Amino acid sequence: MKVLRLRLAKTLAVIMVVCLGGFVCLEWIKDQEVPSIDDRPFNEALAPQVAQRGAYLVQVGNCAACHTARGGFPFAGGKGIDTSFGTVFTSNITSDKLTGIGAWSAADFWQAMHHGRSRDGRLLYPAFPYTEYTRITRDDTDAMFAYLLSVQPVQQTNRPHALKFPYNTQAALAVWRALFFSPEPFEPLKQQSDEWNRGSYLVKGLGHCQACHAPRNVFGATQSKLGLSGGLIPMQNWYAPSLSSPVEAGLQDWPMEDIMQLFKTGKTAHSSTLGPMAEVVFSSTQHLNQKDLRAIAHFLKELPRQENAKEDRKLSTTEGQQIGQSLYLNQCAQCHGDHGEGRGDYPALAGNRTVIMNSSVNLVRIILSGGFAPTTEGNPRPYGMPPFGHTLSDSEVTAVATYVRNAWGHKAGAVMPLDVQKTR
Amino acid sequence: MSPTASSSVSRLLPWWLLFIALYQGTALAAEPPDSMGQRMQACATCHGKEGRATNSGYFPRIAGKPAGYLYNQLINFRDGRRQNATMAYLLDHMSDQYLMEIAKHFASLDLPYPPAQTTKAPAATLARGEQLVRHGDASLGVPACASCHGAAMTGVAPAMPGLLGLPHDYLLGQLGAWRTGMRRASLPDCMGEITRRLSPQDVVAVATWLSSQPVKRGLPVGSLPAQPTMECGSGFR
Repeated sequence: MKVLRLRLAKTLAVIMVVCLGGFVCLEWIKDQEVPSIDDRPFNEALAPQVAQRGAYLVQVGNCAACHTARGGFPFAGGKGIDTSFGTVFTSNITSDKLTGIGAWSAADFWQAMHHGRSRDGRLLYPAFPYTEYTRITRDDTDAMFAYLLSVQPVQQTNRPHALKFPYNTQAALAVWRALFFSPEPFEPLKQQSDEWNRGSYLVKGLGHCQACHAPRNVFGATQSKLGLSGGLIPMQNWYAPSLSSPVEAGLQDWPMEDIMQLFKTGKTAHSSTLGPMAEVVFSSTQHLNQKDLRAIAHFLKELPRQENAKEDRKLSTTEGQQIGQSLYLNQCAQCHGDHGEGRGDYPALAGNRTVIMNSSVNLVRIILSGGFAPTTEGNPRPYGMPPFGHTLSDSEVTAVATYVRNAWGHKAGAVMPLDVQKTR
Repeated sequence: MSPTASSSVSRLLPWWLLFIALYQGTALAAEPPDSMGQRMQACATCHGKEGRATNSGYFPRIAGKPAGYLYNQLINFRDGRRQNATMAYLLDHMSDQYLMEIAKHFASLDLPYPPAQTTKAPAATLARGEQLVRHGDASLGVPACASCHGAAMTGVAPAMPGLLGLPHDYLLGQLGAWRTGMRRASLPDCMGEITRRLSPQDVVAVATWLSSQPVKRGLPVGSLPAQPTMECGSGFR
């Protein structure tokens, strides 16, 4: 009986593997046929005007954030993007004919953006977020391409990726694409307004908000069905909070003006951006025109509400709270107030979503690393939060983080020393 | 209300008023000042209150350094010519304009210096260090530190830093980083050139002598008596 059951299980397993293999093969074959690309003529005469629009789109898409290395030439690539599979180095997208994309056609560029394939047909790594860029229209990719052709050429050979086997093979990429990617044009919803649709287009396409704000599975694929429900940014130890949940970073209950102000200036009267979002505001959203800013705010404000499951956390202890409180009063209260009420530019911690949300990653990260909101036209001289990583021990950070999560009526549970160690 | 209760309220009224006045007074005092010092509190955990770090430990004093020097360093951290993850993280999303304001703020602070540090070092080390600092070593092609950083070693406006009042470990770390190329400046990178001509023992001697010197007045001088012998990419801009 036992033997029979074992044999049955084995047979089932074999059938499943064969089915999965078959599915992957079929998808792979489908992926190999490069769909006929509309190689429409690229009007050189119109290029300067188009390029101006392209410059705006390239800025909104924040291409430079990845394609410019620290201290490197703009758009010449070479920046390492750390992933759990190894490091992907960004490519040179200047107009250099030999090492950049100067010899590409507008159709080649579209193929990269929409299909995730390079000019030579090579499959691209999804660290380049073509999983989102696939929704950008051909008109927009043409404009972006026209702008990039106007960027000063820089001769700099692309650095090969440093990925572990088997992730360094095209076969692995083909399997990944079979499972997690299909080119998909943006479909506006008829029942929604033009403004909402514009916001949706920018958030889901060019803005590639999902690259951080959506959870990723073990294969590193963003789970688009879960929308913008929050995700841990791989290797960076920052949590991109859920935009669907008003108890995380959801904007459903905010006035439109506040949402727009946050994207434009990096700060409102009751909140500010730090870490990766400070970068997004600094390089991208502060440059949004008023119409696009409003469209994005509108779309995000109307995102369906959805709360994440609560993490199971230990409760704080009275003794722990006392230790945390004395640390808080010595180190934090001078700026954030004795009762977490905030002072001037220093945000209130009482009722602060970063303090009380499920994930304590950002709270711990901010205590350890501090930081400044980005400098923007609306906030040109930001105040800073000191990094406490080298003055407070793991247990002290644990105590003070737990204290603020459970003081002033909060009931957000304890932070564990392991949470702090993981973030250091 | 009973007469006794009413009279106790009126008797306590002045106390209540005093309490409210005091409470409001503290609330007003609690508003953080709209100053650069307040904005730069984030720097104080490492560089000390007002940027005058002690000379123990690793962190350099920034108060009173020339504004051009501080600005160049802020840019170098942001753009990867100097490697420090904390500095890069803090400066990543700042405009050049704000970095300049930060540099000018710390440059404007004229504050007392900590006592000298490595005064009990071996005499031979101190002597070699002093020789290199004051006179250089022609056989190695090393100019005197003083020929660029000023005879008093307190730096030269606008962008040549003073070398005194810094922790020994910091000086050692920086000279080592120049030598290995971990710390760089705009080309021509004269400090990289000079430190590569020095032996590790010479680097120790220079750092030890510099950190053994007391500082009374640390502010940079306006100009040098003679044109420096080496051209530097960042020292005078």
